[in-house]
Amino acid sequence: MSNTVLELRGITKIFPGVKALNNVQFDLREGEIHALMGENGAGKSTFIKVIMGVHQAEEGEMYLNGEKVNFKNTRDAQKAGIAAIYQHVTAYPHLSVAENIFIGHLKKRFGIVQWKEMHEEADRLLGELNADFDSHALMGNLSVAQQQMVEIAKALSLNARIIIMDEPTAALTKRESEELYRIARKLRDEGVAIIFISHRFEDMYALASRVTVFRDAQYIGTYQVDEITNADLIKAMVGREINDLFPKPQVELGEEILRVENLCRTGYFKDVSFSVRKGEILGLTGLVGARRTEVVQTIYGVEKLKSGKIFWEGKEVKVHNPAEAMKMGIGLLPENRQIEGLILDWGIGRNITLTELKSFVNKLFLDEKKENEVSKDLAERVDTKAVTVFDKASSLSGGNQQKVVVAKALGSDFKLLILDEPTKGVDVGAKAAIYEIMGELAQAGYAIIMISSEMPEILGMSDRIIVMCEGRVTGELSREEATQEKILALAMAKQTAAEGSV
Amino acid sequence: MTVKNNTLRKGGRLGELLRSRESSLLLVMVLLVAVIQWRSGGKFLSSTVISQLTQNYAYTMVLSFGMLLVLLIGGIDISIGATLALSGMSTSLLMRDGVITSPILAFGFSILVGLVCGIVIGAIVSKGKVIPIIATLGMQYIYRGLTYFVSNTQWVPSDKMLDGYKAFAQGNLLGINNLFWIVIVLFVVMLVFLKWTSFGRQIYAVGSNADAAKISGINIDRVKIIVYAINGAIAGLAGAMYTSMYATAQGNMANGAEMDVIAACVIGGVSLNGGQGSAFGVLLGAITIAIISKSLSLVGIDAFWQQALKGGIIALAVLINVIVQRNSAKKALEGREI
Repeated sequence: MSNTVLELRGITKIFPGVKALNNVQFDLREGEIHALMGENGAGKSTFIKVIMGVHQAEEGEMYLNGEKVNFKNTRDAQKAGIAAIYQHVTAYPHLSVAENIFIGHLKKRFGIVQWKEMHEEADRLLGELNADFDSHALMGNLSVAQQQMVEIAKALSLNARIIIMDEPTAALTKRESEELYRIARKLRDEGVAIIFISHRFEDMYALASRVTVFRDAQYIGTYQVDEITNADLIKAMVGREINDLFPKPQVELGEEILRVENLCRTGYFKDVSFSVRKGEILGLTGLVGARRTEVVQTIYGVEKLKSGKIFWEGKEVKVHNPAEAMKMGIGLLPENRQIEGLILDWGIGRNITLTELKSFVNKLFLDEKKENEVSKDLAERVDTKAVTVFDKASSLSGGNQQKVVVAKALGSDFKLLILDEPTKGVDVGAKAAIYEIMGELAQAGYAIIMISSEMPEILGMSDRIIVMCEGRVTGELSREEATQEKILALAMAKQTAAEGSV
Repeated sequence: MTVKNNTLRKGGRLGELLRSRESSLLLVMVLLVAVIQWRSGGKFLSSTVISQLTQNYAYTMVLSFGMLLVLLIGGIDISIGATLALSGMSTSLLMRDGVITSPILAFGFSILVGLVCGIVIGAIVSKGKVIPIIATLGMQYIYRGLTYFVSNTQWVPSDKMLDGYKAFAQGNLLGINNLFWIVIVLFVVMLVFLKWTSFGRQIYAVGSNADAAKISGINIDRVKIIVYAINGAIAGLAGAMYTSMYATAQGNMANGAEMDVIAACVIGGVSLNGGQGSAFGVLLGAITIAIISKSLSLVGIDAFWQQALKGGIIALAVLINVIVQRNSAKKALEGREI
């Protein structure tokens, strides 16, 4: 058995209000590829950042080659021979490959940058990786796969003995993934230890000898890859208790209001079809990168559709912009309420009335008195906690901001509401309130599409669940048949039939 | 009930007014006038100086209202000086050639030329997705070049202009110069437009958070084009005011006027990031700039220092603006319940 190069014990990381990691452990051996798996929000990314010194853990110890270490920042980690390749490549697109590789540790002599030496070294590293581009290429002109190769070359130039890859295959095609596997195996054979984070089972089978699972910020277990089944692994990832805080009322479903057929947007999603009925809450779920938000934003007219059909109340429609979608009766509550949902500098009332300004126009001019009354009514309907409707939206807590976004949608004559991660960043009390409002809206005949990454919420609130994986619908489950295991299996479903680019 | 009676604002309307940027700017203005009055030996506050000031700088004030709209949506327009020149020049040329035969027609035509200039910029910025400072930098050269081109680099002298047109800028109504009446009317229109119309609200929405405005169903491109069009039309109006006042049209007229105009807006509390600013603030800012420009020579400051001093006052005003805004943002965060 080879030596343990990295070991973490009892790591706890607390962010204001949440435990992002709770007494987590991990060990990595020399020349090993170790997969790290878990649902969205399981704590994988935070864990990586703790290793890299980006975050400092409140509790726990880290040992590098048996010696206790304490990294204050990324530089410390790099000096100790650890490099991370993040999910979103953090490169400088306007600089050359060589500059990207040596940024932060430029080769200098008497304070002068040694370009020739750097390019030679960069080309040597790229050659080792079998790269099909050279060190003079502009970073921004490379594909994601090539950029990752640069990141790996950068790690090698730092003499990294431990490389962490955070979902490196998420944006790669199958061929590019194979190439990455080849590089990873080569590095492993040279004695580099790799932590490989991925949602894909195929990555794990292709590379890893062991797999560690996190769930809800906790360590669940470490398993030999050839000794554990898919089913057991999924169970380890989702096996939580679901308690009943979901006031989902029984609603008699009405007629179909929206149906989409074979929606396609190049590079994002393909062949997406589903429908939703009046009074129905349709859950739309999947892992990060499933392209759920992109699908609903396209239906709402924010982005353009490449092909596919949208039927509204039985008639085919084309939606060119949000204004048209709203006119039809679709309301969208965006995922990022601080960026897309609210104008934070404005008062609550003005935010609420923004979508329906026209209804307050009386002979050319805005009727502010009416506006204030209506916005106050709406704010109260969703139980916003504020002093007056003139309070700035930025002064509210996350939960109350979300309530204002809901109130904003209620002011219009919508028939379908699309809620994109409605309880993200919201405390437990406000969550329950938002679920209650959703239930009431369904009873009042609204059709609701709820995008959510939270399994309990999806299971607790949806009448029907659509699961997506990497831009495709991989399954549909009724409320009765849905379980955490089934949903996660679909969300991680391998694309066997139609592998390739979307 | 969680949202209390909303007829009462915190501190009431009076408190809000006293704490506003506009009131502090008013105070600065009073101080400035007092200092100038003292240094100029009592010459500043005379009916002659004031009437000159309101007449000579009326066009800058008018331009400032157009710029306000553009800055509110997060844009900028540095081509207004050129737009003013092009519209003023083409109007004067048509007057010289006897095509335009009445002052009203002249004003109308000048506004029309400015409107077209503004629409072109709006289209480039919204549909072409060119950032405003670059788009208007380019268009500034084009409009200025066109001015020289249509006039064949010649002047239009005073005797070729309509008498009624020239007289307008010198005329008074109720003791107030006609040009300043335009400022007053436009100010009232802007005040109402921005505060009490839905389009005015949309302008603030686009400038405060374009993403949220888009999701809320606002057609951002449309708002942008209309705003640049209004700004162009206002520059056209200023072109007529300018040529009427100086009773000549020259190719290089109002060169660099946009800098005074942007300064007036910034002093008046308009944020260059968009979404913040008021018509009242801009009026005060434009008057402040006019006072500074007019008085520096009156106080007996060397011409060489006038520019530097003007710049210093502008920089100070911007600094105050930034500090005030940072404090209010901090207050908002402190009030947040966690």
